[in-house]
Amino acid sequence: MSSTQKKEFKKAFISAFPHTIPVLTGFLVLGMAYGVLMQTKGYGTLWAVLMSAIAFCGSMQFVAVTLLTVAFDPVSAFLLSIMVNARHLFYGIAMLSKYKGLGKIRFFLIYVLCDETFSISSTASIPEGINRKYFYLSISFLDYFYWVFGTFLGGLLGSVIHINTKGLDFVLTALFVVLFLEQLKEKKNRIYGLIGVVCTVLCLIVFGAGNLVIPSMAAILAVLLAGKGKECILQNYRQ
Amino acid sequence: MILSIAAGTMLTRFTPFLLFPESKEPPKIIRYLGDVLPCSVLGLLVVYCLRNVRLFEGTHGIPELLAIAVVSGLHLWKKNVLLSIAGGTAFYMLLVQVVFA
Repeated sequence: MSSTQKKEFKKAFISAFPHTIPVLTGFLVLGMAYGVLMQTKGYGTLWAVLMSAIAFCGSMQFVAVTLLTVAFDPVSAFLLSIMVNARHLFYGIAMLSKYKGLGKIRFFLIYVLCDETFSISSTASIPEGINRKYFYLSISFLDYFYWVFGTFLGGLLGSVIHINTKGLDFVLTALFVVLFLEQLKEKKNRIYGLIGVVCTVLCLIVFGAGNLVIPSMAAILAVLLAGKGKECILQNYRQ
Repeated sequence: MILSIAAGTMLTRFTPFLLFPESKEPPKIIRYLGDVLPCSVLGLLVVYCLRNVRLFEGTHGIPELLAIAVVSGLHLWKKNVLLSIAGGTAFYMLLVQVVFA
């Protein structure tokens, strides 16, 4: 890395960091919770950290804790993780244009594209004079680091410290709410936001909390595609 | 086991990028989805976070509802992302640890 590149990276890193502070809080807490949970199931810190670093898939890792403790069945683990993580397909489609032309680091960006990184990177407007590639890299790396580091801390200190962090994981809900509000500021976005909420609520009522994501994705996709046929939305989109 | 979970997860992350490589302009319909999906998906994520709230038992989802109101209120008022998130989360912790404990 040349010295100008270093300078550019530093600038992008500094401008990206504040965006990730809520994730820092949420991931440290949840990552630690995961590390502790793995310990109570008899897995050492190393296994917890390896799972976080290699699979890096938040909620699926919690689901996988129960899988690890029952009979070894890699095929159903593979299929289950596809279903739990199917929402990433949408993230990819939305990030196609943003992650275009970023060279080798694109592989890393895609590898660690989680809910939180997606919601920040897909909505953040990058300030002028900031290198886009380094900005996305900083967001992705920081979020990834928080999770892995949180897991490590949880495995290491979990049994020693007791702070009442009940409710702190709400920080991620709050992050999504705020980013959602930011999106709704633009009038043309409101209809799409409404579609997302209504479809998911309906699917929650019909399918229950356990099988929420895939039906909701299908419903959102169906409504968005049906809506595209309508001239009014088309016009909206052309503007 | 770790590897099979990682493989499943990465399949979902890489598929769109493999289907629509950089060298080719993706179809119009995919570009349309790319533009509108972030907003719809954020709506999905908000509801997803609240999926385990029980309206008819326990705390009836009151802490969640109040905290989201605080987050939204703070955000419309001060327009400061971190303040809204920190304020709402602190309020939520107060509710679940003290008021509704």
